Amino acid sequence: MSALEFILALALAKGLVVLGLLLLMRTGLVSFGQGLYFGLGAYSAALLAHRAGIGDGALMILAGPACAAAVAAVLGLLLARYREIFFAMLSLAFSMILYGMLVKSAALGSTDGFNLHAKTFAGIALPAGGERRVFFAVSVVIVAIVTWALHRYLASHWGRRSAAIRDNELRVEYLGASVYRVVYVNYVIAAALAGLGGAFAALAVGHVDPETTYWTTSGEFVFIAILGGTGNVLAPFLSAALFEALRTVANQYAPNVWQMTLGVAMLAIIMFLPGGLWTLVRRKAA
Amino acid sequence: MNTFLAVVFDGVVYSSWLFLMAAGLTLIYGVMRILNIAHGSLYALGAYVAATLGGAWIAAGHAPAGSFAMLALATLLVGVVMGPLIERGLLKWMYGKDEIVLLLITYAVFLILEDAIKLVWGVESKMLSEPYALPGNFQIGGLAYPVYNLVLIAVAALTGLALSWALYYTRRGKLLLAVIHDREMSAAMGINVDRVFLVTFSLGAMLAGLGGALTAPMIAVSPGIGVEVIVLSFAVVVIGGLGSLGGAALGALMVGIARSVAVRYWPEGELFIIYFVMALVLVARPRGLFSAPEARKL
Repeated sequence: MSALEFILALALAKGLVVLGLLLLMRTGLVSFGQGLYFGLGAYSAALLAHRAGIGDGALMILAGPACAAAVAAVLGLLLARYREIFFAMLSLAFSMILYGMLVKSAALGSTDGFNLHAKTFAGIALPAGGERRVFFAVSVVIVAIVTWALHRYLASHWGRRSAAIRDNELRVEYLGASVYRVVYVNYVIAAALAGLGGAFAALAVGHVDPETTYWTTSGEFVFIAILGGTGNVLAPFLSAALFEALRTVANQYAPNVWQMTLGVAMLAIIMFLPGGLWTLVRRKAA
Repeated sequence: MNTFLAVVFDGVVYSSWLFLMAAGLTLIYGVMRILNIAHGSLYALGAYVAATLGGAWIAAGHAPAGSFAMLALATLLVGVVMGPLIERGLLKWMYGKDEIVLLLITYAVFLILEDAIKLVWGVESKMLSEPYALPGNFQIGGLAYPVYNLVLIAVAALTGLALSWALYYTRRGKLLLAVIHDREMSAAMGINVDRVFLVTFSLGAMLAGLGGALTAPMIAVSPGIGVEVIVLSFAVVVIGGLGSLGGAALGALMVGIARSVAVRYWPEGELFIIYFVMALVLVARPRGLFSAPEARKL
């Protein structure tokens, strides 16, 4: 698997998480804890292979979003009541709880994490050495389907309510719609997307560790979301690809100023391109 | 009984440290409505400056007791230099944006400062053990404790008292409370809100620097020390209610004691328990323990 493919595989995985954040941001919410579901997705996929001995790639990819959505279905009942900074902080707290548990659990490799291997995909034996290429192909197909589905969702009656909630919650309530229900559903969808991304990331890297749930990982997702903007469902993937490519270059040539570059870029985006990089794409088209 | 006492004492020491961090954070939020992620970097900066100044002082052959003065100097430097720099240079142009956008801006500042620290001080860790070792030890139930821990508690208690006195009993403090209550109205009544913001942010930065400077003698000062601290102080501040000084003190005590109990009886739960307490409090009181109800604006 070439370096370019690896970058793209990671970009697709992270793009999925950011796609979930896009949905939340369209609803007016910023989560500083998507690392929780990213990590859950990665760990549940990895544990399936490592503990349960089920080394099937397709099942692992299913386990990620299923596990994330199940946890989100419970936490969402609570979180859907919170807004703004309290939503951000409470989701951060939940992700740090998982981080705290993973770091201290020796059975799961503590801070080192553990490796994972998939031997089959949907029952078909994978070619040795070519597993990741297969997963990459699968992720391209699934990302395309999911992105299209989310695009349709956002354009639907229910999806348009999200934007209305961001603009003015109280008026949405007066119009007779349940804000709570919309926020809850969007939260669970975002979590499932993050779980899917986590599973793909785990398969692409072949390793999981608690860093996936740390707040800096969640911060990275928020950064990618701001960079791309929420204008279009394709923005997260473009932005994630750019982010991963830049990171690879920075690691090679200037590892010491990588974070600083991110910080400056973030300030520049907030000041000059509040709609993210997607505004440039749209401007060109128009 | 003795272990119990030791656990409580450990908890109080940790709480004092947490409080110093949380006080600055909650002050800045209360007045400016900015949840300052860069607070962690200011803490790290305080530790680095203290280690450098203290190291230079000792290396120059002066009396080791003077290294305490260097800790104070480091605190002052962080407040006076970094506070105005960040507030005047950046935040001033951002007021009026959403709270969450302001949070992202301070996140950007955090990212920039993290690398700036690495560029200035390198990735090697710095040590400054003199202030920690100098005051010697004392005993609680047969266990030896460094007297430095008492210094930490005293500084935290004094800071808390001084802050609440300044806030509630001085004219300037009352002006500050007015700004917290209603920014626009205060400006209309002739309070220089601009200056209040500058002073508040610098004071908050100074408190972060103080936390860092006091921690420097206890740890190896190395890159990334601010990353953990920031989420911890978030937890404390959110538990107490954003913007409440008393809340920060209570939050610090709760988190500090919960952690030291966990460390003693359930070491695996050390990190878990802190955020669990935070989640629990937020579930029961969505805006923290000591938060004023906020009017819903249409």
